[in-house]
Amino acid sequence: MAADNRPLSPHLQIYRPQITSVLSILHRITGVILSLGIVILVGWLAAAAAGDPAYEMTIGLLNSLPGRLLLFGWTLAFFYHFLNGIRHLEWDTGRGFGIPQVVRSGWTVVILAAFLTLLLWGRLLMGGGA
Amino acid sequence: MAEFRLPANSRINPGKTFPAAEGAGRIRRFVVYRYDPDSGENPRTDVYEVDLDRCGAMVLDALIKIKNEVDPSLTFRRSCREGICGSCAMNIDGTNTLACIKAIDDIKGDVKIYPLPHLPVVKDLVPDLTNFYAQYASIKPWLQSRTPAPPDRERLQSRDDQHKINDPATCILCACCSTSCPSYWWNGDRYLGPAALLAAYRWIVDSRDEATGDRLDDLEDPFRLYRCHTIMNCTRTCPKNLNPAQAIAETKKLLIERRH
Repeated sequence: MAADNRPLSPHLQIYRPQITSVLSILHRITGVILSLGIVILVGWLAAAAAGDPAYEMTIGLLNSLPGRLLLFGWTLAFFYHFLNGIRHLEWDTGRGFGIPQVVRSGWTVVILAAFLTLLLWGRLLMGGGA
Repeated sequence: MAEFRLPANSRINPGKTFPAAEGAGRIRRFVVYRYDPDSGENPRTDVYEVDLDRCGAMVLDALIKIKNEVDPSLTFRRSCREGICGSCAMNIDGTNTLACIKAIDDIKGDVKIYPLPHLPVVKDLVPDLTNFYAQYASIKPWLQSRTPAPPDRERLQSRDDQHKINDPATCILCACCSTSCPSYWWNGDRYLGPAALLAAYRWIVDSRDEATGDRLDDLEDPFRLYRCHTIMNCTRTCPKNLNPAQAIAETKKLLIERRH
């Protein structure tokens, strides 16, 4: 039997999702979302530079329901990526590597990101926005 | 590039079911990955119903029982049956561990058993670890010293220095950690993986070793060391409760510190 015809053992298909790997891939995915969000930010700035009509149209788009949903997702991605980045900085100092600590800091990041996102949007919607 | 799907020759088909004998007590289903290199067929999963009242406590006991009583062709590695040799490393219930120290009662539902992930399969639960061992050899896992040893005694070290290498030296090279690491799955040809890096760290911090600089030079590479993204599946799955992720972080710190 040729050794190069050996099957590859299953990996993603069978490995039980771990809080360690799931939060890690989320960090990468939210990083990509944030990069895409930059495009919207640049569009907003460009519209502001282009004058009143362009700016009002952009604000109108962002204020529509799909626009708001997009911004909500972007905010959630921002808070998750930001908080998990702090977690990575702690690891870079050689601390926080015990599995109980890793699980605790991971859930803290998830809960805090959700909480801060809701808090911000609660204030924006209740307070009439900035 | 990361290939998330299994190649065509690796997709798993349903296999046979071997029912428990008449009058069996507590029955547990063991779903086991099978691959026969001589058949030319794709891998499959066979189901064995095992009477837990007539079986030892550990997953390895069940595998040995199946091999002895039901299907002698079932192939797996095992030796010490007490968690010190690392031979029976496999993926059980979704995570990598040693079959000999994994209790059947700790698993809910069917017991699913696969070979260590993302490796070429030789037969059934036996993966090809050639690359894994070559990576271990590449970190030169032996003492390198220019000063001659004292003529009358061993090279001594302080209790604190010994303490630094106690944990990393406990590694049994079972490959559970490396094959749990997604980064190793996608870049295993160039990334050394947690097991080899834990071993490298063990020699880097050994007070008697005098090749520390060379060892760090060898690791200062975008792939060999820096494909570690602190995912930490390695530490989570280590059956010996070691911490390769921390050893890798300490190695990265040493590389930064020596620049200043």
